[in-house]
Amino acid sequence: MKLLIVDDSLIMRRAIERTLNSERFEEIRLATNGRLAVEEFKNFRPDVVTMDITMPDMDGLTAVELILKIDENAIILVVSALADKPTAVEAVKRGASGFLLKPITVAGLQAAIDDILAD
Amino acid sequence: MDASILNIFATSIISYFTKTTGQPAKMGTPFLGHEDEIVALDFSAVIGISGTYRGNIYYTAPLPKMQALLAILGEDDHSEHLCGELVGEITNTISGNAREELGGGFMISTPFLLAGSNISVRAAQGAPCFILPIEWNSFCSRILITLVKTDTTINP
Repeated sequence: MKLLIVDDSLIMRRAIERTLNSERFEEIRLATNGRLAVEEFKNFRPDVVTMDITMPDMDGLTAVELILKIDENAIILVVSALADKPTAVEAVKRGASGFLLKPITVAGLQAAIDDILAD
Repeated sequence: MDASILNIFATSIISYFTKTTGQPAKMGTPFLGHEDEIVALDFSAVIGISGTYRGNIYYTAPLPKMQALLAILGEDDHSEHLCGELVGEITNTISGNAREELGGGFMISTPFLLAGSNISVRAAQGAPCFILPIEWNSFCSRILITLVKTDTTINP
């Protein structure tokens, strides 16, 4: 499977890649903002996307919407520090497959990926 | 700005360290910083706040603390570059997590990374700067909070 990791934080991109870089995902690409994420999605067509929200240039929720216009079946896990309930609700309304709150743990991220792939 | 704001950020940072490392952090006694006082440690990041509050949140930490944290996070790169990035991520996380109590109208910017300890505090106009000492694994770091409540009602 292919994975696209979208986060402006180098620490987060590395942590997610380290956690998910296993037999499950043979190919992983990275993007640092929503605009680059949409471009990468068009070219790469990943099976799963992890998407931060607060990013420069284009935020993650806008990117979620645009990606789903490209592929309505795209699987997108929003991974964000924004802990207010309306943000999580908005992410799902816009089409995210799931929402994971930062700080993340290895077990938490793996479980979230398991959940969205099982759906 | 009332004391409950300090508790919100204290809770956020304690939760961050507990969740990511299994080792809880402790908050020391908060104190007031003075305009242009140098209170930064080796690495700092600042997030601009707008919406229901206006001001800045800083997190500042020493090199050994960030290197220890990088190791626990599974990083084999303990460079200064990555230490600075980690401080930015912590600042982002505690500010975003504060929205659980403060609501979606508490709008946060992307973090701006600052290097070096020769950094003075820029307090929001009309707001004091509170400094929260945070102790984790015998290392000290600080959260600097300079916020003023705005009169604008924001619908998130």
